[in-house]
Amino acid sequence: MSAVLHGLIDQPYKHGFVTAIESETAPKGLSEDIIRLISHKKGEPEWLLEFRLKAYRHWLTMTEPKWPNVKYPPIDFQDIIYYSAPKPKKKLASMDEVDPELLRTFEKLGVPVHEQKALAGVAVDVIFDSVSVTTTYKKRLAEAGVIFCSMSEAVRDHPELVRRYLGSVVPTGDNFYAALNSAVFTDGSFCYIPKGVRCPMELSTYFRINTQESGQFERTLIVAEEGAYVSYLEGCTAPQFDTNQLHAAVVELVALDDAEIKYSTVQNWYAGDAEGRGGIYNFVTKRGLCKGVNSKISWTQVETGSAITWKYPSCVLQGDNSVGEFYSVALTNHHQQADTGTKMIHIGRNTRSRIVSKGISAGQSNNSYRGLVQIGPRAELARNYSQCDSLLIGERCGANTFPYIRVQNPTAKVEHEATTSRIGEDQLFYFQSRGIDAEQAVSAIINGFVRDVFNQLPMEFAVEAGRLLGLKLEGSVG
Amino acid sequence: MIVADAKPLLEVRGLAAKVAGVEILKGIDLVVRAGEVHAIMGPNGSGKSTLAKALAGHPAYEVTAGSATFDGRDLLALAPEERARAGLFLGFQYPVEVPGVANSQFLRLAYNTIQGARGKDELDPLEFDDFVRERMKLLDMDPAFLDRSVNEGFSGGEKKRNEILQMALLEPRLAFLDETDSGLDIDALRIVANGVNRLLRPDNAVVLVTHYQRLLNLIVPDYVHVMDGGRIVRTGDRELALELEARGYDWLQAKAA
Repeated sequence: MSAVLHGLIDQPYKHGFVTAIESETAPKGLSEDIIRLISHKKGEPEWLLEFRLKAYRHWLTMTEPKWPNVKYPPIDFQDIIYYSAPKPKKKLASMDEVDPELLRTFEKLGVPVHEQKALAGVAVDVIFDSVSVTTTYKKRLAEAGVIFCSMSEAVRDHPELVRRYLGSVVPTGDNFYAALNSAVFTDGSFCYIPKGVRCPMELSTYFRINTQESGQFERTLIVAEEGAYVSYLEGCTAPQFDTNQLHAAVVELVALDDAEIKYSTVQNWYAGDAEGRGGIYNFVTKRGLCKGVNSKISWTQVETGSAITWKYPSCVLQGDNSVGEFYSVALTNHHQQADTGTKMIHIGRNTRSRIVSKGISAGQSNNSYRGLVQIGPRAELARNYSQCDSLLIGERCGANTFPYIRVQNPTAKVEHEATTSRIGEDQLFYFQSRGIDAEQAVSAIINGFVRDVFNQLPMEFAVEAGRLLGLKLEGSVG
Repeated sequence: MIVADAKPLLEVRGLAAKVAGVEILKGIDLVVRAGEVHAIMGPNGSGKSTLAKALAGHPAYEVTAGSATFDGRDLLALAPEERARAGLFLGFQYPVEVPGVANSQFLRLAYNTIQGARGKDELDPLEFDDFVRERMKLLDMDPAFLDRSVNEGFSGGEKKRNEILQMALLEPRLAFLDETDSGLDIDALRIVANGVNRLLRPDNAVVLVTHYQRLLNLIVPDYVHVMDGGRIVRTGDRELALELEARGYDWLQAKAA
């Protein structure tokens, strides 16, 4: 490997600062008492406490999944803080009363928390450690009948909706981390689009972990009623610590008849340093239920951060003619590990799904695609197309593809294509021999490689994601 | 065409180079002046391609001795992309495929980079499209090649034409064409040779690395060099190529030994 291929990836993490802010934190460790404390702090109704305790009791009987193609030392779940919130000075009436230190944090991160400075047409819910700090454009959304608020507010103001849908897509005992999340989740975003409404702007949640020993367990629930449409974006960063933090979120999407939900993520949690110290363990369960006929759920993810990523945004295609999509770019560098992909569960007739996964590995990282396509016995004429491409930069990284295909209906059509390529010395030399330097060459190759996925991102996000990939890869070629 | 008093474009002295620890070039002397066409022939493994790649700056080729001056500059001190910007062009024997990068985008990036290095205006995508389509006509290339990924799924002949198209766009001072004729049928060979001939001017030069006389019937060389064992063992005019065609390399190799 020439010196050229090593230089392009080593851009320092830009979001690694810590905000000095007074927090209220629960003692370390997990027990029924801690769960009662969280529930009490948040003033929750009894049913939600029961939901948590049920999940916790189930979790106690479960073991950590060992099947992902990732390695890490055992996690001590009693050594984590399960509740940490910026101490409120008093009840906030507007953004002007938010702690200026917090505002500066988000300004530094480029997150628009002031409506007047916000990106035109994007409403933002901002979550700092475990708690939602603010939600912008609430009024304008309310005029359209859209509910967009933190999960805590939703529990308070729209309990019937939350109770009906929470846990309906990802049950409390679904998997180890989903059970843990169900027991201890502290906040997250809630979004409800009523019948026939096309959400007038992009909705966005920005997650920030700040406290060193806290885990982040947020819960997001999006419900699109009949004929509704919403596009939702999620971004995240964390400070740079040399210990690992656990992030175990659950996202549930429900699309009723003719509804469409588009969910985009640009994940840039701290990935650890070049030697693999520190970084976030991103163990996340994301699932969408296409409950109604002709409904559609589309996941787009750009995964660039975290020491370990373990997530499979999935679609359960229950309604006839429903459509599931998964577009993913997963970049790993240094010692990062990613085991990510999707599940497309075809239940209804004539359901269709499309998977486009692009894995980029650099440094000594390991990048796995894992995907399930399941066609149930009733899923007449179901169709799936999967494309999984891997791009290797340099010679010390790895890429794997683990496709699982289960077909129980003979009328189904399932296609799977996979390619692996490497940005090698000869490709770079070809560009250089035409006057183009190595960095531009890598950028052209990467942009070409991820184009099919980036085309699915909303415009502002596509620009940000492109910049992020560039930064992450700077210096990896050399 | 040999031009009286022409300045040397490329001057190589005692060049030695290693690949993967093995010495391939063992002292090359070569002077190419503006206006000239040179042919480098020789048996497989004699070091022809190594010479081309070492001069273009391929990182796997380590120059261990000697010098190379290009247009008055120390060529070996330049990064590969700087050599290209200075006006050196390598037409590859096996052009690599670059999936996902549209040929049009690659060609424009290369063109604008070289234009920029010459202090000339860059072309926007629409202007470039007109320009490149014009150049493609010279080589009888289907414009559909613009939308495909660089060299991906191209036949051997299509890849070679794409190389000459790049030469036509970049207008190098000196083009090293490494076995551009191999894998071409007679018609394609004629088209490629016509393309090269049209690009020849008194102020630029071409070095053809080839095994076959048939290319040299179409692009007539001023000098023919024969390489063997990492050295140039014989230099002559086009008659030498005809003699090689008739007699093979054995008589030269015996002599060199």
